[in-house]
Amino acid sequence: MRTIYILWLRQLKRYSRSRSRIFGSLGQPLLFLIAFGFGFGPIFQRAGGGNYINFLVPGVISQGILFTAIFSGIELIWDRQFGFLKETLVAPVSRLEIMVGRTLGGATIATFQGLIIFFLTLLVGFRPYSFAALLPALVIMFLIALLFTALGTAIASTLQDFQGFQLIMNFLVMPLFFLSGALFPLEGIPDALKTIASLNPLSYGVDGLRTTLVNTSHFGLLQDMSILVILMVIMMAIGSYLFSKVEI
Amino acid sequence: MSTTPPELAISVKNLVKKFGDFAAVNDISFEIPSGEIFAFLGPNGAGKTTTIKMLTTLLHQTAGEIAVYGFSTVTQQADVRKSFGIVFQDPSLDEELTAYENMEFHGVLYGVEKSIRKTRIQELLTIVELWERKDHLVKTFSGGMRRRLEIARGLLHHPKIFFLDEPTIGLDPQTRNQIWAYIQNLNTTEKITIFFTTHYMEEAEKFAQQIAIIDHGQIVAQGTSEELKARTQKSTLEDAFLALTGTAIREEEASGSDHLRMHRKMWRGR
Repeated sequence: MRTIYILWLRQLKRYSRSRSRIFGSLGQPLLFLIAFGFGFGPIFQRAGGGNYINFLVPGVISQGILFTAIFSGIELIWDRQFGFLKETLVAPVSRLEIMVGRTLGGATIATFQGLIIFFLTLLVGFRPYSFAALLPALVIMFLIALLFTALGTAIASTLQDFQGFQLIMNFLVMPLFFLSGALFPLEGIPDALKTIASLNPLSYGVDGLRTTLVNTSHFGLLQDMSILVILMVIMMAIGSYLFSKVEI
Repeated sequence: MSTTPPELAISVKNLVKKFGDFAAVNDISFEIPSGEIFAFLGPNGAGKTTTIKMLTTLLHQTAGEIAVYGFSTVTQQADVRKSFGIVFQDPSLDEELTAYENMEFHGVLYGVEKSIRKTRIQELLTIVELWERKDHLVKTFSGGMRRRLEIARGLLHHPKIFFLDEPTIGLDPQTRNQIWAYIQNLNTTEKITIFFTTHYMEEAEKFAQQIAIIDHGQIVAQGTSEELKARTQKSTLEDAFLALTGTAIREEEASGSDHLRMHRKMWRGR
């Protein structure tokens, strides 16, 4: 437990000291919110979709969490390059504890980042369906965060340096976001796109947040939650396995 | 107790490490009695760092046996890990944390109890003259300060053996002397076994009781500095070293670290 705690604490300390990272990773979701939200809002309204800002906010929160979580996991490469990973790997603790501590730390940061975005969206006029919904929404945010931090860790365990980073951003993170239903409703879209979205883990996170925050749902909260929990457990297992194989 | 032979800090028997077809360490054996200062010398790429990685459980050997204070590095990893401290060749501090936080992190990982941890951290940081800088982020530290912090950190959990992989590389003579003064002091007062690698032959000559020279993955000579000089009929250890390992300059990667070379070898081996 102490190992998990100290690794969690380390992630939080690093995050809280890196102001540029905090603000930097808020920029993109806010840009999406303002550009898409106000840009497409009137059309969305006229097409009978209702308030687009309300629709978009859960998607934008998910995006913020997704990016921060994947990035926190990938930070493992930094630890490898700057040598700190060795310090943890020669210590008399298990790899599993190291992986769990890191992932919990990264997921806490990503959830916190999601929460900041939530409060910022209130400034541009977002109103959740009830503030009591924030509690279940937090649970979903944390699940999304855990899932994707574990994914980031799994990827980082197989990489030696940052050369593949751009590849991951363009061929994994961006598609995860754009093909998740974060920006558009999944009803009435072409079947191929719908299939892709239903295979995308983030779709269930976005849908879960939409259910809890604005009370509209595509898959249903039960399905969202169960799929997120199952995928999170699988991803943690894969991440732990790959991390246990890391050689310095 | 006095009748038993001295306890062995390290016993290595027929150790082999292969990356694909390449044998980075090719059948080496040596013993280090507890409390000794042991120098492990060799040109770049000779297999020093690979050997240290196996001794410290970071890599598993292809063949052979290693015992660190009687514990197997393969089957008794946790016991081995508790018994040693290490200063790696490249930095291994978290630059975004303070000196104190780096120490604290280490203490928690090694299960050093809170009350002991606090006094021990203060004691060690005072010895390496960093106590006044304890709340500064490591990224503001010079190379020498980082090295001193790594030494203090490696000692926090009272290791019985201390591995130092080129501990004084890139440091000025003042800092080198200071660091060796700490190390010698540790060896005499706390009876800690010291295992170190270096390219500064005078350090091995001055401080090591036993020297092993490794080249192309094999130990080419072992003994005291005097014995090595006598054997090669040279007057300095540096000349003896060159006589034993040849004067050809070894193929070096741009980074100059064994680390990257090793990965490349592993990659090729796949």
